[in-house]
Amino acid sequence: MSAVVSPIRKPLITGNKTYHQITEDLISPTEKTPTKEWVLGFVLSVAVLTFGVFCIIWTIWVGIGSWNLNRTINWSWDITNFVWWIGIGHAGTLISAILLLFRQKWRTGVNRAAEAMTIFAVMCASLFPLIHMGRIWLAPFILPYPNTRGPVWPNFNSPLLWDVFAISTYLTVSLLFWYTGLVPDFATVRDRAKGFRKKIYNTLSFGWTGSAKHWQRWESLSLVLAGLSTPLVLSVHTIVSFDFATSVIPGWHTTIFPPYFVAGAIFSGFAMVLTLMIITRKLLHLEDYITIEHIESMNKVILLTGTIVGVAYLTELFISWYSGYVYEQFAFFNRALGPYWWSYFGMMFCNVVAPQFFWKKSWRRNITLTFFLSIVVNIGMWFERFVIIATTLARDYLPSSWSLYSPTWVEIGIYVGTFGLFFTCYLIFARVAPVVAVAEIKHILKTGGNQYVGENAKRAHHHGDHESDHH
Amino acid sequence: MIQGSNKNIIFGLYNDEEDLLTAVRAAQKNHLEIYDVYSPFPVHGLDPALKLEESRLHQAGFIYGMLGTLTAFLGMTWVFVKDWPNIFGGKPYWSVPAFIPITFEMTVLFSAIGMTVTFYIINGLGPGVKNTYLHDRITDDKFCIAFDTGDVSTGEAEAFFSTTGASEVHSKTI
Repeated sequence: MSAVVSPIRKPLITGNKTYHQITEDLISPTEKTPTKEWVLGFVLSVAVLTFGVFCIIWTIWVGIGSWNLNRTINWSWDITNFVWWIGIGHAGTLISAILLLFRQKWRTGVNRAAEAMTIFAVMCASLFPLIHMGRIWLAPFILPYPNTRGPVWPNFNSPLLWDVFAISTYLTVSLLFWYTGLVPDFATVRDRAKGFRKKIYNTLSFGWTGSAKHWQRWESLSLVLAGLSTPLVLSVHTIVSFDFATSVIPGWHTTIFPPYFVAGAIFSGFAMVLTLMIITRKLLHLEDYITIEHIESMNKVILLTGTIVGVAYLTELFISWYSGYVYEQFAFFNRALGPYWWSYFGMMFCNVVAPQFFWKKSWRRNITLTFFLSIVVNIGMWFERFVIIATTLARDYLPSSWSLYSPTWVEIGIYVGTFGLFFTCYLIFARVAPVVAVAEIKHILKTGGNQYVGENAKRAHHHGDHESDHH
Repeated sequence: MIQGSNKNIIFGLYNDEEDLLTAVRAAQKNHLEIYDVYSPFPVHGLDPALKLEESRLHQAGFIYGMLGTLTAFLGMTWVFVKDWPNIFGGKPYWSVPAFIPITFEMTVLFSAIGMTVTFYIINGLGPGVKNTYLHDRITDDKFCIAFDTGDVSTGEAEAFFSTTGASEVHSKTI
């Protein structure tokens, strides 16, 4: 039996790892005492989270009046932040599901952390509509369950209710997908652990043994969940865009919204994955697993989706002119040259111009530039949602009710607080679970074809030595 | 699957999945009944070598999905046509296109939850399950073939492991 030898493909994992070395590299960060950087990050995150919680309690106690929303601009920072976080939450499923279906094996280096990021981002996102309801204790009313109020049912024709279903399904399916992937890796942690730690990981690993039949079913489950998640992830942001597209507000009711929102979501999600991965690989010394190739591949996705988003912006401008409809034309004129012109130009620069740097290969492979641009893209995508939501509402049909908006400290505090929530969760995750999928990495180790380590190595192929010389 | 049934298991550990596959094929050829094979990751080619049937989990997933489709679609139909008819924007009570997003989401939700729960139940896995693990490095870098000494004698098994190049041979009662 000889292993597959490909002279073309570069190995996905560098550093000539053995299976045991992979286990050591990926599991040991969960076994050591936390580093200073981790403790510092954690304390900071929890502090920010605490302030966020305080601001949420303030909102619930005082009421939505503690925000600067008004009669005209009745959606602003809250929904901007909601759409922004949901967008970020798209990369995880894209990487783990769509790239699995496309057999993009490089995804294994980043899928675990990206899925975790997805879950935490969706948690941050779903906070905003819940607190924006005002009376958060009535939140269960959005679910259709038999009740003594008539029964009164939610409106199944409303995109806002579709959102409830889309986001709760997305969160649930992402969690199941993520945890099922984690179970074999928790078993690896368990088998290295002792004492009380072993008991905890035995519970977390669900008693995983690694039996052949279990692996067969595990692969079957992963594949079907990936197949289900693919249309799911596309549906989620499509439905989020329906919140705007089905309205009668000029600048919102455009049929281009679903694909434009989905591309934007992938764009911002990949940017956030890059921001996090560049920090994680550095701090946990994972350069052999999250390689320059990964960063380059993700930068290509950023370039593609950023350009799609740019085309969408220009199409919107063209169609508003071409429609001959004065309100539509005014909406876009106002967007670009009205009181919020700076956010429009910020959006254009960060989302359309900035990613164009990635046409050049050496820049795609430059970590400092990538890190910087990933943050620029995230700022740009925040501006995009602010442009769509606040600037459109600020100038409505009646000039007498035109208004302007700036956030209060409470709104800023809640937004900043979600970063606290996000990073607290991420840092805990990076402590208790391997941030790179151990079993999946072992599975793709030999894609390069020259890393066969067994007893029959010499007999099986001599190509191996040959091949490694090229790199 | 490992269950507490006082079986005497003799098992060999291999260092590479290619060696494991060769050994599994040799065992099949010599009509040695394999109790189970354990590996740190899914080994491709192992299922046909062990003559494992294809998993029917995805068929179960389809049924759960259909259940979700029907629950959502019939549920919304019942609410809007029978229980509390309401006119929204002059549209008919039974406004099918507006039901599609929720029907889709519920299909995915039912299918995903149903399949995952089924997966853990048929594998006998779950929080609080206590299995006996043969060796600590099976989840690390060792590939394991296990024989039940009731089916394959210790002598036969040891001979098999030495000819197929197992790096370690152990036995354990489970």
